[in-house]
Amino acid sequence: MTDIRIRKAARPRTLRGPAATSLRVEPRALLGGLLLVAATLVLAVVLIGTGDFEIAPGDVVRTLLGDGTPADDFIVNDLRLPRVLVAILVGAALGMSGAVFQSVSRNPLGSPDLLGFGYGSAVGALVVITVFKGGATEVALGAVVGGVLTGAVVYLLAYKKGIHGYRLVLVGIGASAVLVAVIQYLIAKAQLIEATRAMVWLTGSLAGRDWAQVWPLLAACAVLFPLVLGQGRALRVIEMGDDAAYALGVPVERTRMLLMLAAVLLTTAAAAAAGPISFVALAAPQLARRLTRSPGSNLLTGALMGTVLLLASDLASQRAFGADQLPVGVVTGLVGGVYLLWLLVMERRAGRV
Amino acid sequence: MLAESPPETEPGAPESGAPAPAVARPGHGRRAAGLLIVLAALALVAVASIAVGAKAMPLADVWHGLFHYSGTTNDVVVRDLRVPRTVLGVMVGLGLGLSGAVMQALTRNPLAEPGILGVNAGAAAAVVSAISFLGASTLTEFVWWAFLGAAVVSAAVYVLGGSRSATPVRLALAGTAASAALVGYINAVQLMDSKALDKLRFWTVGSLASATMDTVRQVAPFLLAGALLALVLGRPLNAMAMGDDTARALGAHLTRTRITAMAAITLLCGAATAACGPIVFVGLMIPHLARLVTGPDMRWVLAYSAVLSPVLLLGADVIGRVVTRPAELQVGIVTALIGGPVFIYLVRRKRMAQL
Repeated sequence: MTDIRIRKAARPRTLRGPAATSLRVEPRALLGGLLLVAATLVLAVVLIGTGDFEIAPGDVVRTLLGDGTPADDFIVNDLRLPRVLVAILVGAALGMSGAVFQSVSRNPLGSPDLLGFGYGSAVGALVVITVFKGGATEVALGAVVGGVLTGAVVYLLAYKKGIHGYRLVLVGIGASAVLVAVIQYLIAKAQLIEATRAMVWLTGSLAGRDWAQVWPLLAACAVLFPLVLGQGRALRVIEMGDDAAYALGVPVERTRMLLMLAAVLLTTAAAAAAGPISFVALAAPQLARRLTRSPGSNLLTGALMGTVLLLASDLASQRAFGADQLPVGVVTGLVGGVYLLWLLVMERRAGRV
Repeated sequence: MLAESPPETEPGAPESGAPAPAVARPGHGRRAAGLLIVLAALALVAVASIAVGAKAMPLADVWHGLFHYSGTTNDVVVRDLRVPRTVLGVMVGLGLGLSGAVMQALTRNPLAEPGILGVNAGAAAAVVSAISFLGASTLTEFVWWAFLGAAVVSAAVYVLGGSRSATPVRLALAGTAASAALVGYINAVQLMDSKALDKLRFWTVGSLASATMDTVRQVAPFLLAGALLALVLGRPLNAMAMGDDTARALGAHLTRTRITAMAAITLLCGAATAACGPIVFVGLMIPHLARLVTGPDMRWVLAYSAVLSPVLLLGADVIGRVVTRPAELQVGIVTALIGGPVFIYLVRRKRMAQL
């Protein structure tokens, strides 16, 4: 493993170990992934140090390792670390589910938000907020129920001798239309105070997230990430078309159902923890693909990119507008959109399409 | 592609002039008849839109208000409220449907709606900036700002999407990215400046309720120009549906067609958005419904979209006025609540004509 030289746009190569084991390595994807991990760590440390009470990065690291002052320890470990962990996990969950859906629907715009799953969570949460006037835990539960129900309904409605990418997209459009209308109706009918709460939830925010949000999210990610990554190779074969995939021995329908289920659960877990943060699921896989220049679904790099995008947005929001002035969901669009535009322009200049 | 589409429709086949006369091909005959039925439905819905509302009114009074105006309360309601609203509904519906059809053909993406080029976001961003920094306050001012924003942003998206070397995917991505960035900007300004939020609330609801003849007159020229541009695009878009290389080989001018299409979308969707705020799903769903009936021939898809879309919009508006009388449900909400399930039903029942 030590002797991998990394070159620009190098071809994938295969490392062979003893006894017929082998590992396919794409140097650029590997480099991109490592860069993203490094960016995540740096951003996380800076973000923990940012706020009304600034802490130098060195002190943050020292506190995280367990020998900081008691005051730093409280601020870092009790207040800011859980928030940053939520951001990391939510970003990764959104990035990965976006990569899955874009691959399954074979459409670069086929993110879970546009196919209605994000809106499903929102309807669930809004019903709890406006009708039952529930607290934070009930709202999160409502988001999960709404998201999963929407996922099941869309899957069943799109099922007709198997799931066809095009039909999935169209059913998703129809479902989104209905769900958005329900959201607008609920907000229009609600009392002002609940409507305001609903609007705040709908923007997606990381403010005030603590360990209570981290644990369920972490559990969901710990189960679902390996599940999705394990199907990565099958997903790549399915991109060649259903017939080719069947011929190559991939159980297409089962794989697709498993992947969609996992992706829906990831989206709803993220929404339950931080609200429907927009654009990460759509942009992260596209950004990752352009960074690694690797074909295929970029599941892992998509997840890492989602994390970096969310952390960077949170940092930008806090630095530019002050702590918790602007919900992070507002800034993700700004940061991700500008970054994607920049990449598109760069690509064009480099003559790639 | 469509299960029962006649085999003899080759899109972009070298035939001369406008769509052949209805008798020349059986397929054309059936589609022309269908178009007449939809037109009749439009007339019916338009009458309903004038006759039905918060104030119950006998048909005789409607007739009186339209043709023998004498200033009674009912006459004023008909002339000054319901007629402008109906006319604007037809125009906006036409704009949304046509621009949606052109947009999906241009990007070859079934998820594309006219707003994806950044038209809606550009319009809203310009209106927000005008309110917040220049103190604009009336709806008539908003219309011009909305237009300016829509035009600037869609031109920028075209350039960023690669202008001459634009591909459908790059255009769609550039538009989505620009929209996302602008929506971030809009939300940020709104959160910082509550005055802007308060004024913009009335514009972003996506409603026909505030229609006046002034609004109609303001946006009519743009919608007309956009509609003309869109209708001549049928044949080149047919050729482009087969892929850029084939289209070029068939003699279509790719760059010219793309620029014309972008101009048409900006005019149509920009005017519609400026007049009554963003109404999203009409432009997304209607072209799919049209393709269900017509198959992939863009000339017919455009014609059907132009007529089907006002039927849906006006119909939804009428229903929105009736169900919660005397209050109203916004047309955007009703459109989606009715259109969504119907759309899913149709998607399941038939084999979709793909782009």
